Amino acid sequence: MNEDPQTTCACQDAPKKTSRRDFLLAAGFGLNAIAGAMIGLPLIGYLLTPFFKKNKLARIPLGPVENFPEGKTRFASYKNPMHREWDGQTADIPCWVRRIKGNEFQVFAINCTHLGCPVRWFEESKLFMCPCHGGAFYEDGSHAAGPPPRGLYTYEVKVENGELFIMGGVIPNLSNQTA
Amino acid sequence: MNLKNLTNAARGVFLWVDDRLHLTKLYESTAGHHVPQSSGSWFYVFGSATLLCFMIQLATGIMLAMVYVPSAAEAYTTLEYLTFQQHLGWFLRGVHYWGSNFMVGIMLLHMTQVFLFGAYKYPREITWISGIVLMVLTLGLAFTGQVMRFDEDAYWGLGIGVAIMGRVPFLGEHLVNMMLGGPIIASETLSRFFALHVFVLPGGILALVSIHLRMVLTKGINEYPQPGMLVRRETYDKEYAAILKKEGVPFFPKAISKDLVAASIVIFGIVACACFFGPKGPLGPPNPIQIDTLPRPDFFFLWIFAIAALMPDWMETAVLLGGPAVIGLVLFALPFFNGTGEKSWRRRPVAVMTVILTYVSLGLLTYLGHTSPWSPDMNAWKTAHTPKQFLVGRAPLELQGSVVIQSMQCRNCHAIDGIGGQRGPDLADVGARLTKDQLVRQVIQGGGNMPAYGKNLSPDQVDAVVAYMVSLRSAGVPAARDSSQPGLPPME
Repeated sequence: MNEDPQTTCACQDAPKKTSRRDFLLAAGFGLNAIAGAMIGLPLIGYLLTPFFKKNKLARIPLGPVENFPEGKTRFASYKNPMHREWDGQTADIPCWVRRIKGNEFQVFAINCTHLGCPVRWFEESKLFMCPCHGGAFYEDGSHAAGPPPRGLYTYEVKVENGELFIMGGVIPNLSNQTA
Repeated sequence: MNLKNLTNAARGVFLWVDDRLHLTKLYESTAGHHVPQSSGSWFYVFGSATLLCFMIQLATGIMLAMVYVPSAAEAYTTLEYLTFQQHLGWFLRGVHYWGSNFMVGIMLLHMTQVFLFGAYKYPREITWISGIVLMVLTLGLAFTGQVMRFDEDAYWGLGIGVAIMGRVPFLGEHLVNMMLGGPIIASETLSRFFALHVFVLPGGILALVSIHLRMVLTKGINEYPQPGMLVRRETYDKEYAAILKKEGVPFFPKAISKDLVAASIVIFGIVACACFFGPKGPLGPPNPIQIDTLPRPDFFFLWIFAIAALMPDWMETAVLLGGPAVIGLVLFALPFFNGTGEKSWRRRPVAVMTVILTYVSLGLLTYLGHTSPWSPDMNAWKTAHTPKQFLVGRAPLELQGSVVIQSMQCRNCHAIDGIGGQRGPDLADVGARLTKDQLVRQVIQGGGNMPAYGKNLSPDQVDAVVAYMVSLRSAGVPAARDSSQPGLPPME
């Protein structure tokens, strides 16, 4: 008596109903694909920003040349040119400055070319030694001993108005050898 | 009478709840699922113990995150606060640190057991593969966790990550930027490692664990393998069903007892280590300028640190980048090229040898990584003394040589009678091993992992150093000589 009219309806108009359902299903998938892209693409873009960002070097002052005696290698440090307020101590980047004579400088990155540990300068034996795997480098940064695949990374150096500048802002590695 | 009514009422309530929530069905399909009685073995406790460790890590990790500030400027301060001031903070840090060690260790045992018992074979390929992914995620948690302890080791550990990523051809620079969140280790680096450590990797583990456990339910736990019982794709499913029919017991409460005992032992172990040894670090602050540091990875990565020191230079990039890929590929492919046949380790000598070789290698490399004899002792030239017997009765020139050896940092790499760096050979008997000419050549030209000192020593200094080294030999042992030298004593 109280038969569900919809059941009978569905039986009779089966092909029509199905196509409407199909349409809704397709629309549901399609709309959600667009909606998903609207959220997903910016998300991927956000995530990949550092991947595609071109590294730019900045001109960094290391102080007046008088701070670096001729024929000596001295420890120096600078603020990461891209540093943020919440970087804390990590904003300070160390390097080794070798003043050969006059305005002739070599500035070496602190990172060993083997696996990036900080190399230390020994004035007496005129060697840089690495505490991790025993890499050693000569005074001019060239490879002396141990596993490093090349000499120390060097910064591009400029002297202007008696002040020493380097081009820096990247942690040097074998893919990016400009310190 | 009254009691009977009460029982009936309680029963009614339970049946109502069960009818609505399907608890009995849930129990039957999960904790109560049938397992072969033989799998209720002590060898089968490692999987649940690894999961337990993960639960402990989740609980303690959430607690630590309530205090820890993932900012390059604040992280170190909050770590110190957690360790020394926060009530019970030291305990939670200790449990979290030791929990991670236990998790990696027990996971390895679990994997070894699964391998030796042939549990990766048909039809449990996906159980094995999801386990491999879980291992990768767990090691990822271990590495990112080391960065969370944002101290000097964390900073230079990231530097090591950069140096390895930088070796990737073509993409290296981009991958380094991706890893650090910029071109240099800074605040973004810690923040993204934090996101990985507390959201991405644990989320991944939860997802993979659910697949892993679901496979245990659908494909069953491996029966205790008997030598001679071969796995065949055509017959195994029937054989397993027969085993379940014959000796199947519900996992809870019939097969869980050893897991429970193991779980309590694991917790006792973690808590005991946390109490007796405490949390690790933090070591010195993550201050890049503070280069008087000795970067070392945590326990589970020491073997990689050792490989990086011991490999020939030319194969380094290939091994650092290709090694993980090859190991991963072999592990993934294992159930497909070795998916049938014998399961019992008693009839699988290659499997047993593989396990022994792996453990011996990992153990030796970890030991070497711990002692790291290849690292120069950066302070030996100031602190390592020269034993008295190597100074008494020496000529002035020789004594002068011993001073040069000290002041030129030779002792950073060369011990004398065991005192000093271990990188180069001990000099205590060098006079008996190398002739004067060989010593002069070695000092001036270097070679064999020794820098050339020709430019940094005056001829007088070389003379003194060589004279001293010729005198370094045990009493009664003659100085080394070669056949070209005239005046050889007649053969006896």
